[in-house]
Amino acid sequence: MATLTERAPAPAPNAITVALKEAAIAAAVMALLAIPLIGFVLEDIPGGVTLVFRTAAVLTSCAIVFAGRFALAMFRGHRPAMLTGLFDTVGMRALGSRIGKLVGPALIGFALVMPMLPFSDRYIVDIGTSVLIYVMLGWGLNIVVGLAGLLDLGYVAFYAVGAYSFALLAGNFDLSFWQCLPLAGLFAAFFGVLLGFPVLRLRGDYLAIVTLGFGEIIRIILLNWQEFTGGPNGLSSIPRPNFLGAPLARSAPEGQTPFFEFAAPVMEPIYRMLGREWGFEPIHRIVYLYYIILVLALVTNLFTLRIRRLPVGRAWEALREDEIACRSLGINPTNTKLSAFALGAMFAGFAGSFFATRQGFISPESFTYIESAVILAIVVLGGMGSQLGVVIAASFLILIPEAGREFAQYRMLMFGAAMVLVMVWRPQGLVSGREPSVRLHGVPGG
Amino acid sequence: MIEDAAYQPLEPGNILQVDHLTMRFGGLTAVDNVSLRAREREITSIIGPNGAGKTTLFNCLTGFYKPTVGRLALKHDGRVFLLERMEGYKICKHARIARTFQNIRLFAKMTVLENLVVAQHNTLMRASGFSVLGLFGAPGFRAAEREAVDRARYWLERVALVDKADWEAGNLPYGDQRRLEIARAMCTQPVLLCLDEPAAGLNPRESAGLNELLRFVRDEHRIAVLLIEHDMSVVMEISDHVVVLDYGRKIANGTPLEVRNDPAVVRAYLGEDANEELPPEIVADLGQQP
Repeated sequence: MATLTERAPAPAPNAITVALKEAAIAAAVMALLAIPLIGFVLEDIPGGVTLVFRTAAVLTSCAIVFAGRFALAMFRGHRPAMLTGLFDTVGMRALGSRIGKLVGPALIGFALVMPMLPFSDRYIVDIGTSVLIYVMLGWGLNIVVGLAGLLDLGYVAFYAVGAYSFALLAGNFDLSFWQCLPLAGLFAAFFGVLLGFPVLRLRGDYLAIVTLGFGEIIRIILLNWQEFTGGPNGLSSIPRPNFLGAPLARSAPEGQTPFFEFAAPVMEPIYRMLGREWGFEPIHRIVYLYYIILVLALVTNLFTLRIRRLPVGRAWEALREDEIACRSLGINPTNTKLSAFALGAMFAGFAGSFFATRQGFISPESFTYIESAVILAIVVLGGMGSQLGVVIAASFLILIPEAGREFAQYRMLMFGAAMVLVMVWRPQGLVSGREPSVRLHGVPGG
Repeated sequence: MIEDAAYQPLEPGNILQVDHLTMRFGGLTAVDNVSLRAREREITSIIGPNGAGKTTLFNCLTGFYKPTVGRLALKHDGRVFLLERMEGYKICKHARIARTFQNIRLFAKMTVLENLVVAQHNTLMRASGFSVLGLFGAPGFRAAEREAVDRARYWLERVALVDKADWEAGNLPYGDQRRLEIARAMCTQPVLLCLDEPAAGLNPRESAGLNELLRFVRDEHRIAVLLIEHDMSVVMEISDHVVVLDYGRKIANGTPLEVRNDPAVVRAYLGEDANEELPPEIVADLGQQP
């Protein structure tokens, strides 16, 4: 005798049902991926290998995804409001900018003392050097991409020109690292202008394609001009940098003193005070290289910070914003663009010759497209035009694969996931926001 | 900086002489044999219906287009510049013509003040020793930069934007952006200011403010202004001289009052008179209809 009024209404889809449904879909997708990727493994058995299917592993991974997606769906709506609310209050922003002012000097201070800290061993100083090379390249590319707005996908070409200039000059004319460094920078700047001329009229995608091509041309020339560049065998026995003429080695050639003897009058008392013995140690060279790249990188940074406040730096930014307006104001777009290309390339050249002297061996394999992509990723992830952003992004992009070394084949996966996460959370880059090059009223609140 | 000795000097009092300017894009003639004069310390307006070729004329003047035919001569400091032979950016740098754009072209991500300092690029570039002296903070450059900021402040006061000097230019309201673009053009210290529809999108109060500003530029800075405008309240009130274009041709020329009463102008704006007799063949066609 049921009447219409007694019939229960269809249950409205509540949050739990929706969440369960989404979690089920995610788990199903995971199952599709996990069956071939995680499920099948080759196992050694006596007399060969056999294919094993790991049911437990597949089920576990699906369960984890199911639980994770369910939890996310249940808490959806709370999380973003909480985070943005926290970061968008005026107080937080002011605090952020105040912290931002301290971060730079703190990082420089840390970089200066890092090799002397107790935990620093050869491996850590070496990684620090790698990070600093990329920081310097990022700062150099920031001039071209961040300030002048010219998307350059072939930046590694100038890095290669710097490295090969140094290796060839040192090999053929017996010049030292310190004599070659400015020459390598000049050569790279010259190549920057050479690339600049044909691409003056191009912007955006078209410019990116041509610069990409230029990067490959340089690499292929290096690979094929066997008698000059050594081709795929590369160039080896590149001289190491010396310290005021003193080589950092156990023994020096005739007429030179090795570094540990040269520095003994200063270093011996210091070491004795610390209760240690001064003498030749291989790590001296690693630490010395670290300080060279630190100084080179800081010079790049100082140069960029200053030139941003000069008319040419402002013209770069104006050109990035509107080329037509620039011409109507009497700014010569040709010279402005070429100067950006040349200066950006020059710093890549410096970094390249440092790279050559550090490795002692270079070959075209060190200058593939992926290097350009990593450098560009550093600039974009860090936030276009931000100097601090480049440091954070470079540390991130070099340390993540390094930390992931134990995970072997999963490290590129971690790298990719980290980049996707950054782009989802901060599409404008890690450090965004531009500091005006000149103010009329002074800093607000300061 | 091109001077031509063979060229007849401009008539006294003229700053700009455009002779037989023709600009063709393939089969389309956007500007057809237009000649006009702009006199020193006067506001010359160019009006005409949409597509009459006004902006094309401006683009020829400021070096964005190379004219098909014609001579564009500008005189200042006793020198004559033939604009049709000059490269785009040099027209502002040497001939000292500044312009604004119909669709505002500010450097949106830079601050208001920076927009005005960028406009003084060439002066500052020389003062910074093409960046070399500037890198080391040479005193001469610092002084030049202070001067540039002072000039910028002067124009910010004129356009009532001092309080917003450190704003991002792209965040300004529309009317402020229009005024900032004029201030930026004035910071290049031009002898001829070309404004492409500066009153477009302004409310009546802002239009009145614009009239005030343009009069100030003409009377206090004693420069010539070339103005493209649709807003007749601006054109009729401040112009010393009006040139009317239609389909690329000059159809009238004179004081605002003369132009307003010119039958050719009325026809161009309002169409043919409705009472006018129809051509005989059309009457014949109409007559065949039942």
